[in-house]
Amino acid sequence: MATFDLTINGEKKQVDVDPKTPLLWVLRDHLNLVGTKYGCGIAACGACTVHIDGTAMRSCVFPISEVGDNTVTTIEGLSEKGDHPVQKAWLQHDVPQCGYCQAGQIMSASALLKDNPNPDDKAIDTAMNGNICRCGTYTRIKAAIKTAAKNS
Amino acid sequence: MTVIKTSYNRRSFLKATAIAGGGMLLSFNWLAGCNIPQTKEKALEMPKEWFELNGFLKIGENGVVTIQSPNPEIGQNVKTSMPMIVAEELDVRWEDVVVEQAALNTGVFKRQLAGGSQSIRQGWKGLRMAGATAKHMLKQAAAKQWEVPVEEISAKDGILSHKSTNKSIGYGAIASAASQLPVPEKVTLKEVKDFGIIGTSRKNVDGKDIVTGKPLFGIDVQKEGMLIAMATHPPAFGMKLKSVEDAAAKAMPGIKDVFTIQLFNDDYARGFVDSTAHSELVVVVGNTTWEVMQAKKALKIEWKNSGEQTLTIKNFRGGTVNKKLPAALENSVVHLSQMKQIAASTAKEVRKDGNPAKAFKDAAKIIERSYSAPFLAHNCMEPMNFYANVTKDKAELIGPVQTPEFMEKTVAARLGMPLENIDIQMTRMGGGFGRRLYGHFLLEAALISQQANAPVKLVYTREDDMTHGVYRPAYYATYRAALDKDNNLIGFHVRAGGIPEGPLVANRFPAGAVDNYLAEDWSIDSNISIGAFRAPRSNFIAGAEQSFLDEIAEAMDKDPIAFRLELLKRSKEVPVGEKNDYDADRYAGVLELVRDKSDWGKESTKDLHHGVSAYFCHNTYIAQILDMATVDGKPKIEQVHCAVDCGIVVNPDAATNLTEGGIVDGIGHALYSGLTFKDGVPQQSNFNNYRLIRHSEAPEKIAVHFVKSNIDPTGLGEPPYPPIMGAVANALYRATGKRFYDQPFMGDKDVLG
Ligand code: FES
Ligand code: FES
Repeated sequence: MATFDLTINGEKKQVDVDPKTPLLWVLRDHLNLVGTKYGCGIAACGACTVHIDGTAMRSCVFPISEVGDNTVTTIEGLSEKGDHPVQKAWLQHDVPQCGYCQAGQIMSASALLKDNPNPDDKAIDTAMNGNICRCGTYTRIKAAIKTAAKNS
Repeated sequence: MTVIKTSYNRRSFLKATAIAGGGMLLSFNWLAGCNIPQTKEKALEMPKEWFELNGFLKIGENGVVTIQSPNPEIGQNVKTSMPMIVAEELDVRWEDVVVEQAALNTGVFKRQLAGGSQSIRQGWKGLRMAGATAKHMLKQAAAKQWEVPVEEISAKDGILSHKSTNKSIGYGAIASAASQLPVPEKVTLKEVKDFGIIGTSRKNVDGKDIVTGKPLFGIDVQKEGMLIAMATHPPAFGMKLKSVEDAAAKAMPGIKDVFTIQLFNDDYARGFVDSTAHSELVVVVGNTTWEVMQAKKALKIEWKNSGEQTLTIKNFRGGTVNKKLPAALENSVVHLSQMKQIAASTAKEVRKDGNPAKAFKDAAKIIERSYSAPFLAHNCMEPMNFYANVTKDKAELIGPVQTPEFMEKTVAARLGMPLENIDIQMTRMGGGFGRRLYGHFLLEAALISQQANAPVKLVYTREDDMTHGVYRPAYYATYRAALDKDNNLIGFHVRAGGIPEGPLVANRFPAGAVDNYLAEDWSIDSNISIGAFRAPRSNFIAGAEQSFLDEIAEAMDKDPIAFRLELLKRSKEVPVGEKNDYDADRYAGVLELVRDKSDWGKESTKDLHHGVSAYFCHNTYIAQILDMATVDGKPKIEQVHCAVDCGIVVNPDAATNLTEGGIVDGIGHALYSGLTFKDGVPQQSNFNNYRLIRHSEAPEKIAVHFVKSNIDPTGLGEPPYPPIMGAVANALYRATGKRFYDQPFMGDKDVLG
């Protein structure tokens, strides 16, 4: 066990956990931030995607000991009122079906748009290929990313 | 004008109550009215549940309408679409409607089951009746107050008005008075042409909560004092627990206990929801997920062969049958050769028209093709999980399950508790696809909570989820067609089977369209547990059949769509045999629509290869054309056109989304997915080795075209999924010159762009 000071969604948090604990479980079990989802635990599905210093990362394989001073943003902190351009575009296109994968999809998409405000299809494919949606909402996700790019 | 009765034999489907503090509450039955019996005999069969009031409609004093939906949401949008139907008949503005998941209590909300794409179809009349009844009572209350005939009152957007006296009143203001009136015996439903909400797109009522990461799912449940549990099942089907060495695991930080649970008592007769291969599990309980995961890995468990097993299964007549499970540790390679062997020897005749033997003997040409598909894991993105708090006399269970009503019985039998003391609450589900019909994980959570004497949340790791069983069966089908010397189709033969169940649906198309028709079925026993998977049976047989029809059309030198239409015409005009399970006109209708909307048969500047497919299952007709391009020598799916006839479309954009999803999911499974076995061990256990379709592999564009219709609506969760596999195979053939018979067509090969 060890103590870690974290900055999550702009707030200071402290947890006392095994240093190897993945960020995902610290978020879900210790900080009650359950918007970040568990899907595979091996960085193969994208459900657990968060931003670490603005970069999309799979929190299920990211040990808490490596977070350090970097800021962590989860779906709960992406925007204050749920009005990030990506979230708005998601609602406009009514993307979700079951909705389980969508927090991860939105976090991957918002990180992409930050680096590349006008991604072409290829860039979208590359950025989003790590996020699985069993409900098959990919075509809407692509359309929503394009809308968000236009509106941000 | 449709007038429907709100009661039967003096028992009402509805009940009105005043709300404390003002307003009206109308309780109704979500399913009633789907089939009000016409004859006395039928009435006797009317299920009691239809009189149970399981939906609520509240009109507050401020005019806000709250509709509580008892149906679990698994992504098919019922939580939005079903209340739309109530709001339509009630004549309120959708903006004034609040949708709530009904108070979660199976005591009241019996008979809730999300499966078989039936929610909208079965709810249709009951929901309309509820809306129409409330509106009628509001009108009556206003008529009384204004002393005018009720017929002269009109309702629109939540306001009642009387033209000649120029009076009007909002629903909220009259609701308390309305709640005092008796429920009318009959109410009039709106004409389809007057619909203002149904048929218009309304956004998912949970959309905002989803995109902001609100806790909606079972796996998000957190409760005071709750522990986390994980369970280890045998690594192979055909094995069971021998011994556990748990000292190391128990000593690990955060671990509370390690023990085994036994799911079913020996004399327990299993129902269909009790499908699971592993009845004894090793459980780790601890404070946090990560700690429990680590301790689970530290367990030293020995397993042994379980030998031949006999399960007691409930049959449909209320009795029991014994089912033997073979002892072998099974292998996919062996499965395939067993299937080929049996397919070439014996099968059970399910339907025969004419004289197929003679037709094949007289044939100038016989085409014979075989198709196969592997076991599939459901892979809901939210792994199986459940919260349980079992105390001496009460079991509180919360989580994602599609069959709470049935699971309640299973839990009651196992815990020896009366049904009333078991409370199952449903959460939103991160995908279902049939997997959550089988709630063994709910029972497991209950037993773990009981043993640990604490509230627990059982969570499956992805590996647990994927290797635990309840799969789509492995399938194999052989088709034969007999052509005479003039190239007419004179005989059709399908012999299909599976492990441990076959995919045959004998009365579907092209049954009824060919003079000499034979459908046969076989199966091979297995100890691998199986269950329903998005569009059971159809999910394989549709693709196989539609690929085969493509080959027949080619052999006959006919356009594949024209060929299908000819068969449908034949079956309409001079149907062969009885019980043909489709409406030839609606079938042809979707084919014609998709043909006209796509590039089919037209000159195109693009080098595109088209594959067509059409199917009818779960009461909805689908036809699809898939356009494949070749990019850098590799096939790439450019576009899919899909025509849908599901009757009235309640929420078009949501229906389109569901259709798109079914298509993407179907393409993915046809091309990439499969679960194989070696010595009983599933060879895929997570998304690194089980391939699901990914973003870049989805079609560039999906165009969904609905047939305009006034027929009562049917579902969409399943129907778009099965046929697309045939469209993929047929387009691949045109793009590559090669026919694909064995799913997944691509396996690990990265053939597609
Ligand atoms: S849970 Fe992290 S990528 Fe799947
Ligand atoms: S919306 Fe269900 S997994 Fe993506």
